[in-house]
Amino acid sequence: MSTIIFRTIAPLIVAIMLMFSVYVCLRGHNEPGGGFIGGLIAASALAIWGMAAGVETARKALWVDPLALAGAGVFAAALSGLASVFTGSPFMTSIWLYLDLGETSVPLSTPMIFDIGVYFVVLGTITSIALALQSGEES
Amino acid sequence: MDHLALPTAMIETPTVLADWVIVLPLVLALLGAALLLMLRQIRHVPALIAGLVVIAIIACEVALLQRIAVEGPLSMTMGKWLPPFGISFTADIFGAGFALAAALVTLIVIIYAEGERGPDERGDGFHALVLLLLAGVTGAFLTGDLFNLYVWFEVMLIASFGLIVTGGRPLQLDGAVKYGFLNFLATTLFLLSLGLIYGLLGTLNMADIIGKATTANPAALTGIAALLLLAFGMKAAAFPLNAWLPASYHTPPAVISALFAGLLTKVGVYALLRALVQLLPASRDILEPALLLVAIATLLIAPLGAIAETNLRRAIGFLVIGGIGAVLAGIALPSEGGVAGAALYVFHAILTMTALYLVAGLIERRTGQRDTRLMGGLYAASTPLSVLFLVLVLATAGVPPFLGFWPKLLLLDAGLQQALAGDWADGVLVLALLANAVLTLIAGSRLWAHVFWRSGAEGASEHETITLRTPGAREQWFGLGASVVLTALIVLAGLWPNLLFEGARTGAADLVDPARYIAAVGLAEATP
Repeated sequence: MSTIIFRTIAPLIVAIMLMFSVYVCLRGHNEPGGGFIGGLIAASALAIWGMAAGVETARKALWVDPLALAGAGVFAAALSGLASVFTGSPFMTSIWLYLDLGETSVPLSTPMIFDIGVYFVVLGTITSIALALQSGEES
Repeated sequence: MDHLALPTAMIETPTVLADWVIVLPLVLALLGAALLLMLRQIRHVPALIAGLVVIAIIACEVALLQRIAVEGPLSMTMGKWLPPFGISFTADIFGAGFALAAALVTLIVIIYAEGERGPDERGDGFHALVLLLLAGVTGAFLTGDLFNLYVWFEVMLIASFGLIVTGGRPLQLDGAVKYGFLNFLATTLFLLSLGLIYGLLGTLNMADIIGKATTANPAALTGIAALLLLAFGMKAAAFPLNAWLPASYHTPPAVISALFAGLLTKVGVYALLRALVQLLPASRDILEPALLLVAIATLLIAPLGAIAETNLRRAIGFLVIGGIGAVLAGIALPSEGGVAGAALYVFHAILTMTALYLVAGLIERRTGQRDTRLMGGLYAASTPLSVLFLVLVLATAGVPPFLGFWPKLLLLDAGLQQALAGDWADGVLVLALLANAVLTLIAGSRLWAHVFWRSGAEGASEHETITLRTPGAREQWFGLGASVVLTALIVLAGLWPNLLFEGARTGAADLVDPARYIAAVGLAEATP
């Protein structure tokens, strides 16, 4: 797999895919997209990086263990549901905050945090599976 | 926020802080599992965090039970949506009581595991998976929505699949394939029947189903109920579908089989209780002959399997299946007494089956064997162990005054009333229950005699004694200590069962006549 063409183009593909995954994750509230599909795109990006640069390099590029990322995702998602305790509403009730930035207003919400949590769960689990499979291939 | 601007599909009354006890057990378990996934490489910390989280869960569930005992079933619908649209969490005495038993057992298992787990097992995610399993089980017991129940079944399946291969011996993979495949099949059947229910009734909220099922096409509904019986029966390891349990439960380390024996099949049987007795009682009446047949077959065949089996943990697996037969008997008996007996049996089985596997794990570690033919002479080496095992065998068989006696008494009473009213099939069920007790006693005492009383391995001469491993102090304190605490709990609950009786009666009344359950969700006026 690691031809020179692939290795040269891989960083570019990976960078674009990672940025696109964040975009897909954020636009997912009302349009096609969301944390799950965004996480899948990001995980594919990391799998490509693992193929091009080797599993060890990909792991180092991640800094943290992918499964720990998945744990952080579940943690964030569960916490986002708990936030509604402060508004006297049931679990998982959404809370919205509109940030006025001069010309536009940016809507922030607890569903967004939940979706980012999902993003990391998918990213973490799929990446750890992909990297484990690749390291089996290498050895 | 301006209340007038809210659409009518939303709940407009503020939620009281105290209502949160119904979701907190689940959220705490999920948060704990997530935290431990991040911290799993650190020494000693995972066990400590897991223990503290489970203690917090137990505290929440005790508070929840207290509220339910005073005010009746409690419900919270997520995201402020009105009940049939939002996902409801609805807890009655049974759901909350089983969730409490599950959390207690998990705490014991976490403590016990400290005696067994070596430094090389650090970072395998055991504690994270245990909490994830507890999250799935707690969610299944507390949810008031059938689709949500399916989600928790999947969470349980993922966690248990991870746990069953912890250690990664070839035998475990073999067990995991059998366990995984048949349970996937069961959840798929469950999902199919969910689609059919939604197509037929247009709702998956349990309280809403109760109301709408009375006017739906009874033939279609009975077909769905039969599909649910198949799916949950497979999950619960009822007789013709029990093959996966003895094939897989003995493969992982003993702590993990103990957790499985306490939690997994009980959720299946709880779902059966809820779906057939509460949600679709008319279909249950039609399916009664099938239920009776399955209950009688499970009651009789399981202990026979336990008698024939020589692998210690496989034999106990058959005893677990026998207990499922007793619960099915309660579902087949259409009275409050029968349902109360079934529920009390589930509570008893969660505690007792876990304890039995924990003690079996201690026995295996002392003798270094898994097969009872190669064991022997433990009586002289460890009196506490032999007493524990004997007590648990008697509790499983239902000998008074242990906990297992009371649910069987309720079941026998309910069955006898039916039989005296002229229903001969229920008479056969009563006989099967009695035969099950005797056969279980034979199987259990046979195991006890072989493992403890016989001086050496099978066929060995009188003087040829077995070399036993001396346990380390850590193993003794955590392993034996946790088993003693759990067994003491079983004995005490058996000696003072009044509270349990009261709970089982109230819960059974709510299950048979779900008016309070529906009112708690807030759908009372919508149902005829």
